Amino acid sequence: MVDEQQTIRIGIAEGAILTGPGTITTTGLGSCIGLVLFDVIDHVAGMVHVMLPESPSPSPALPQKYADTGIRWLYENVLEAGANRARLKAKYAGGSQMFRGLQTEALRIGDRNIAAVAEHLSQLHIPIVNFDVGGSVGRTIRFELPSRALHIRTARGEERSI
Amino acid sequence: MNGNKLDALTTDALKEFGNIGAGHAATALSILLDGRVTMSVTEARLCPCADIVETVGSDRLVAAVFIRLLGAIPGNMFVLMTLPSADRLLAHMLREARREDDYTELELSAIAEVGNILSGAYVAAISDLCGLNLNQSVPAVAIDMAAAVLDIGLMMSGNENNEAIFISSTLVHEGNHIDTQFFMLPDYDGTDTLLDVLRRKAYYGG
Repeated sequence: MVDEQQTIRIGIAEGAILTGPGTITTTGLGSCIGLVLFDVIDHVAGMVHVMLPESPSPSPALPQKYADTGIRWLYENVLEAGANRARLKAKYAGGSQMFRGLQTEALRIGDRNIAAVAEHLSQLHIPIVNFDVGGSVGRTIRFELPSRALHIRTARGEERSI
Repeated sequence: MNGNKLDALTTDALKEFGNIGAGHAATALSILLDGRVTMSVTEARLCPCADIVETVGSDRLVAAVFIRLLGAIPGNMFVLMTLPSADRLLAHMLREARREDDYTELELSAIAEVGNILSGAYVAAISDLCGLNLNQSVPAVAIDMAAAVLDIGLMMSGNENNEAIFISSTLVHEGNHIDTQFFMLPDYDGTDTLLDVLRRKAYYGG
């Protein structure tokens, strides 16, 4: 079998699963959060690009849009793709406040998303390896298998990997 | 609403809205820029909220001004400029070329002011055409990836089938072209309400 590299891109309120070598990318995270769950031994991982902390209904049309239903969707789908429950770990980035000095409630969405992601991961007992959150800068992230590195690039040209 | 297929009446109504807004904006900007400003609407249409980020280009860098629409049709508004357009504008307003990598406070507030004038012109156009009582918040500005600056607007506009009013225009001042994109995203089903009044106005005349 040819060793194929998969290249997956997801948009806002989308999610995808990666099995085997390849990358999942999502561009332009502002107050949204890009969350990755991965198996620390097998090559199974998934990413969601969540937008809001809570779903207005238990089964929304786009579960990946919300932290609560998005994490649940990702958890179920990585397990279905062969990840081992006890070996699951998380990395995530995002949750910025892009517009300083905003007077509306929207200004705290980034912080609320960060809190919601941490809470739902803890409810599922999934350890957090690392995260890169907050500030006032947009992020493009790329998760890579087999290295399990999450590469982060900002609009200012900063790059780091967690 | 029936997706991207717009009837002739709605298309006309949106064009008229765009033209009246651009007219208001040209007048206000010619005072600010101290010289003749012409504005032409290159596109006026509805854009599904799910397609806004693709329309702009998700990781393209933009200068974005975010303004909250208040009153009869609450919602969010964005005025977006490419960085070359924003830089040309700043060179005129501030009478000097940009030097630093990062934008200064003065440059950011100049961009905010232009965004404020543009969105104010479109808001005034709606008020004129429809007799609706509308207001706008103070502008907030960010220079970053398009998707990152737009997400707070998208998350507040409710369901995925909602559509935004999208007006793309080119402003010409002393031979310089400055391209702007304007999005108006009413909360909930505000787009329908707004289109209903615009269509009625286009049909019966104003």
